[in-house]
This record gives sequence, C-alpha cells and structure tokens, in this order.
Amino acid sequence: MITVENLEKVFSGPQGDSTALKDVSFTVEKGEIFGVIGRSGAGKSTLVRCINLLERPSAGRVIVDGKEITGLSESQLRCARRSMGMIFQHFNLLSSRTVFGNVAFPLELVGTPKSEIRTRVASLLELVGLTEKAGHYPAQLSGGQKQRIGIARALACQPAVLLCDEATSALDPETTKSILALLKDINTKLGLTIVLITHEMSVVKEICDRVAVLDHGRMVEMGRVFDVFTAPQAEVTRSFVRNIADRSLPKSLIDRLQETQSASGNLIFRIIFTGPAANSPIIAEAVRRYDLLLNILQGNVDYIQGAPYGNLVVEAVGSHQAEQAAIDFIRNNNLRVEILGHVACHDRAVA
Amino acid sequence: MSPAMIGLLLDALGETLWMVGISASLAALIGIPMGIVLVATGRHHILENAAINRPLGIVVNATRSTPFIILLVAIIPLTRLIVGTSIGTAAAIVPLTIAATPFVARLAEATLREVDPGLIEAAQAMGAAPWQIVLKVLLPEAWPGIVAGLTITVVSLIGYSAMAGAVGGGGLGDLGIRYGYQRFQPEVMAEVVVLLIILVQGVQSLGDRIARRLNKRLIRQDSGRR
Repeated sequence: MITVENLEKVFSGPQGDSTALKDVSFTVEKGEIFGVIGRSGAGKSTLVRCINLLERPSAGRVIVDGKEITGLSESQLRCARRSMGMIFQHFNLLSSRTVFGNVAFPLELVGTPKSEIRTRVASLLELVGLTEKAGHYPAQLSGGQKQRIGIARALACQPAVLLCDEATSALDPETTKSILALLKDINTKLGLTIVLITHEMSVVKEICDRVAVLDHGRMVEMGRVFDVFTAPQAEVTRSFVRNIADRSLPKSLIDRLQETQSASGNLIFRIIFTGPAANSPIIAEAVRRYDLLLNILQGNVDYIQGAPYGNLVVEAVGSHQAEQAAIDFIRNNNLRVEILGHVACHDRAVA
Repeated sequence: MSPAMIGLLLDALGETLWMVGISASLAALIGIPMGIVLVATGRHHILENAAINRPLGIVVNATRSTPFIILLVAIIPLTRLIVGTSIGTAAAIVPLTIAATPFVARLAEATLREVDPGLIEAAQAMGAAPWQIVLKVLLPEAWPGIVAGLTITVVSLIGYSAMAGAVGGGGLGDLGIRYGYQRFQPEVMAEVVVLLIILVQGVQSLGDRIARRLNKRLIRQDSGRR
C-alpha cells in the first residue's frame, strides 16, 4: 500500500544543513497497522509528513496505492492527498467551526453536495461515538473527543491510508487506550492501512502489527512487533522496551550475585517464555521431574498483540545435576534460559 | 444649547459618520485582501513570493509613515481625479481611505499570521488549494482579530477625520476647531469632545461585542449547545 524508497530529508538553515532522514526504506501492506517509534528529534514526524508530501523529501521515492506521490504535480498531489487521512497530536480542528463543520470540511473542499455531506457526517460522528456533539465547538470538547473528531474528519473522504502523527501523545493513558481501540476498530471495519508515529512503546505494543525504530534519522530496526519487543536488537529499541517492561533485577539481588559457584550456592536464572510455549506448564513439569525447588524472585507476563510474553527470575535449590538437567529440559521445550549467577546458600536471595 | 447649535452638531456628526463609514468600509475592502496577500506571500507560507511581498510591504510602510495632514494635501491631485473636487466631505474620504487601508492591512496581516500553522497543515493534508485555505481556514479563524482591528481603525479614523476640515471636509472635529477655537466658543468644543467620546465608546463596545460573538475559542465547556 505504501512504499518508501531511500528517503532522505535535509533541512538547510542558517546554521548549515541538518539531515533529518537518511536512507529510509520500508513497505506497509494493505490493512496493516505500521508503527514508527523514535525519540524526539529522531525524524519520525518528518517521515510521516514525507508520505503525504507536507514535507518534500530531498531524495527518494514515496509510492502510495501504486501512485508515485513524489512525482506528482501540485494539483495531482492535492487529489492524491484526499486518499490519505491524517490526524495530529494537537488535533488541528478549526476553532471557528462546529464539530459538524469540521467533519464536513474535507467534503466541502471537494464540492460534495450539502445533502450528501449531512448523511456522511452523521455516519462518521456515529462511527466515533460523538453524534450528540455535532453542534458543539472544539473549545467545548475534551482532548479525547477532539481526537475522535480529528479521526472522523480524516475518514470523511474515505481514504485508503490513515497517517497518525503522535495522535495520542497529548492524551492521558485512559483516553489513549480508547483512541487506540477506535483506530483498531476502524482498521478492522474499513480495512484501513494505518501508519502511526509515536514515542511510546506501549502504543506500538497495543495496536501495531509491525514497527520500525527510527534513531537520528536512520531506521535501525524493523520487524513484527512481537519480535522487536521480545528480542530487541538496537540499543535504542532496548531502551524503549525497558521503559515498559522493566526486567532489571532489584539492587539487593545484584549485590549478592556472584559469577562463580560456591560449594553450596544456589543458581539464579531467568526463564523467558514466548508464544505457544508460554501456555504449557513446562516449569512445573521440570520441578516435578528433577526434584528441584524453585524460588520465584521476579516475574511478569505481558501480552503483545494477544501473544503472551513472560519472564521469570528464579533461584534453584537442589543438586547441581538436577539444576543442569532442569535447565536442559526447559531449553528443550523452546523456552529461553539466561544464567544470571549464583548466590551463597546461607545468603538466600530475597527479591 | 440653541436649536441652531444642535442642528450644527447633528450635521457635523452626520458628516463624520459619513466620512468614517465610507472610508472604513473601503479600507476594509482593500486592506483585508492586502493583509491576506502580505501573509500568504510571506516566508514559509502557502504562496511564498518575495517579488510580491517585499514591494507591497514597502508601499504599506511608506503610506503608514506619512503624517495624515501631509497625506491630505499631498494627494490633492489624485483626489481631484477621483471625486472631481479637492474640497468637501467626499474629497476627504479619499485621503482617509488611503491612510486607513495600509493600517487595516497590517492589522489583518498580524491576525492572519497568528492562525495556528497546524490548521493550515491539516487543510493541506486534506488536499485544500491555497484559495480554499484562505477562504475556509485563514479568514474564518482570524475574523475575531480582524474585527478587533477594524474597530481600532474606525476609532483612529474618527480622530483623523477631525483634520479633514483642512480640505473643507466638515465633521465634528472641524466644527470644534472653527467654533470652539477660532470663534472663542469653548462650550462648542466641549460639546464636540463629549460627542466624540460617546461615539468612540459606542464603536469600541460594538466592535468588542461582535469580536467576542465571533470568537468560538472562548466558548466554555459548560455553555452547552448554541
């Protein structure tokens, strides 16, 4: 649906040129929710603006729905933009128009007859659940309601693509959730392709199918959300993941961890379970089979796009042979095990 | 106050309203589009064009730098060309309009420039053409500010119109000078001043009310449906 090839954007200013995007390429499939995550200044907003050419790329091509956007004339571009809806961090609603007027705006631009505008706006307001606000002005709405109007407006011309520029960044977590649910809903209902720019990993985790990580204008990582989330490669990705799933050990435990094993020390290890393996009781099975006691120090199970992703830090109390056999057994059942270290026996680790 | 004096005052008031009304309307009609051009052709705006923006800016500034009393006499040939005479109320309307137009243009420009760039961007993202952005985004969003600017213009014009007496334009200011100062009738001057104060107050509160009515950003959440 969207293909971006070798995109480059250089801003030239009085302090010389600065490169906002360098050699960015990716493809978004039809009906997909594609996330782009990055820190402030990573170039994500520039990237999404390059897709509908609010920002003209310095080099590279953008192809949307088979049309090369970067090769269009001004008037052709205006026409092409109508097949791409866009929503914004600060909503950008016209303060002088009512809710009805705002949603009707893009339809007026293309000369839609009044009666058709009325029915179309009514159905859009119903879709976003704000029918009763039609006569209100944006100043009378909450942030979440404004964004819903923004979404209704973006959908007015029945676009194939919806571009979301930090659409939830100005909203509280609760409202963010409801807006994301709405986006997911229209993605399924209308088969809309969505490109979503954000700096919050939780947003990506909630609704994206795939994600690209942008750092200093370069795409450092791209893949299915589950893969990127469970096995982040780039440093910046790891820090994003860490922000929502803190897997670092408590300091009290780190202080006692030793590299080498003392005579009667206990082994500390982390078990990471992902996907289908997370649903079977492998750890319980290992405990029973090898006569081992497991003391759970830390753990959590997360659901990414509905797939479980768990992480458990345990202290094993048992013989060395039993420990080793249990670890092999767990590994053989497709769970990952990371040995973290040992603690002295009398000095039982406490989480 | 003698009936004759009341008649004089009313005549003068009528002349002032006539001069100010016509020149303010003309200034709005020409000045607002000028303000739009100044903004739209400015840097990083929808129709960036230095070749139009610079000269227009210079003309506007030059007109605004000229003291009104000088402008009044300097453009007498032009006035004669347009209204056929350089004396009288109609003749005073020409310099008043020429003085007020760049004033309106700058005030409109300032307000139009303040329109959130995000709104322009949103309209562009929806495929709006530049003229659609002007008519459907810039103007409606800037109306409250433009109305406030027009109010200031009218008040200034009331002041300027006092000088129109220099070309026989009549009006309240002229009456005050001729009777109050030249004929030593200070009470006439006082009456004129009181009348002008009432007039300016009236114009200002009417302008404020319209601007407030137009400003939908000030509607509060609890004020409900309108």
